[in-house]
Amino acid sequence: MTRFSLATLIRQAFTGNTGWTAQWRAAEPQPAYDAIIVGGGGHGLATAYYLASEHGMRRVAVLEKGWLGGGNTGRNTTILRSNYLWPESQGLYEHSLKLWEGLSRVLNYNVMYSPRGVMVLAHNHHDVQVARRHVHANRLTGIDNEWLTPPQVKEFCPLLNTATNIRYPILGAALQRRGGTARHDAVAWGFARAASGLGVDIVENCEVTGITRDASGAVSGVETTRGAIRAPRVGVVAAGHTSVLMAMAGVRMPLESYPLQALVSEPVKPAMPCVVMSNTIHAYMSQSDKGEMVIGAGTDAYNSYSQTGGLHISAHTLEAICELFPTIRRLRMLRNWAGIVDVTPDRSPIIGTTPVPGLFVNCGWGTGGFKATPGSGHVFAHTVATGAPHRINASFRLERFGTGRLIDEAAAAAVAH
Amino acid sequence: MLLIRCPICAMDRPESEFHHAGAAHVDRPADPAAASDAEWAGYLYLRDNPKGVIAERWRHVHGCGRFFNALRHTVSDRLLATYPSGTPRPEITA
Repeated sequence: MTRFSLATLIRQAFTGNTGWTAQWRAAEPQPAYDAIIVGGGGHGLATAYYLASEHGMRRVAVLEKGWLGGGNTGRNTTILRSNYLWPESQGLYEHSLKLWEGLSRVLNYNVMYSPRGVMVLAHNHHDVQVARRHVHANRLTGIDNEWLTPPQVKEFCPLLNTATNIRYPILGAALQRRGGTARHDAVAWGFARAASGLGVDIVENCEVTGITRDASGAVSGVETTRGAIRAPRVGVVAAGHTSVLMAMAGVRMPLESYPLQALVSEPVKPAMPCVVMSNTIHAYMSQSDKGEMVIGAGTDAYNSYSQTGGLHISAHTLEAICELFPTIRRLRMLRNWAGIVDVTPDRSPIIGTTPVPGLFVNCGWGTGGFKATPGSGHVFAHTVATGAPHRINASFRLERFGTGRLIDEAAAAAVAH
Repeated sequence: MLLIRCPICAMDRPESEFHHAGAAHVDRPADPAAASDAEWAGYLYLRDNPKGVIAERWRHVHGCGRFFNALRHTVSDRLLATYPSGTPRPEITA
């Protein structure tokens, strides 16, 4: 693996860029590992990277049934923020945002973290109260979030229609300036490259078909389409397919899987300076570095693994987008797609141990897991390596659904994320 | 957009006339005071979430207003059967 630097760039320029090597080893699965991570998305790869870099575990494999980052990591709208309501969530998402800030340097890979600001619009009295409550809650814990009046909203994002005679007029917005975007593929590739460099085996096209347990009931490994692999610790990081995998170990999960849609327009010159989200009218938009307007729509009403979603869901979002951003009405949409998101009853993730010894789970990120990628991997690696949760994810255990100590982030996470 | 047959109206109608109402055949504990925390968690939160045939409730909000049950495949989204609430789940596997 070649280390990226100005010197290597110059050297490659003089040799016709023929000296670049593969970014990670295409590993063959070994018969046994110290830990297996099921799922080669951002969260799984980050977990493997931190297991190797912070906990010294080098005999680790990441098993991916398709290709790296081909699930929700490559399907989300790449928004980063930490302006959540409850202290538990603030701790988790702020931990992640701080890791984002230094991630390109740590991984020696440009994840294109761009703190361009995330603005959450308020369209009615209730929205204003909720948004201002979030602003105050965030500022009390030292997370940046500020309230903007409609003229300030217009100044920060001139594309927005701040007229007072539209169906859902803008009454203000909460702005987190440190929020923004990152390049989703680069995050998966950067973690894969760094983990592989530390000795982690990254195995693509390897679907887990069973979770094996020994006589005491503890995990002993997994069955895959490329043979059985032994490991005393298995971490399931499989997003929408978590229920299916956990059922292989006989564990029922408080999860329901839904298709969440997104779409992009034809590319245009830079016009959109920030991320704008509106939970009330189910629309959010930013502009990618390629120039496409990236638009997030909602989930379908029913459980599904179809990775498509109903057209009426994205049409509903586009109606709102056209009213909020009249300038882009004539843009054509290039692609639309869906990812299967696993939603918990309280809209907060589950990161921790399970009733099966040696089996760990990191799931339930629902409609907004991308922003948490490094933080989620960091605390989950701690959980897998030590067998107990990190201080930051201690409240996000599976047992909370029995004790009733839920972390209700439905207001922050209902649709837009 | 699904095309859903309401078993009460006996008509195929578009999904936008209906409200999805979660998993079907989830029974509330018969003696609530005697149910353990684990039983409550199971009733309130734990779901099968199958990649395959699911039994779910729908309500025909812009029609007869009644709840009914449906079997649907969660990969193809194809509706396999709809049947009135309170009747047993039909034997359909694919």
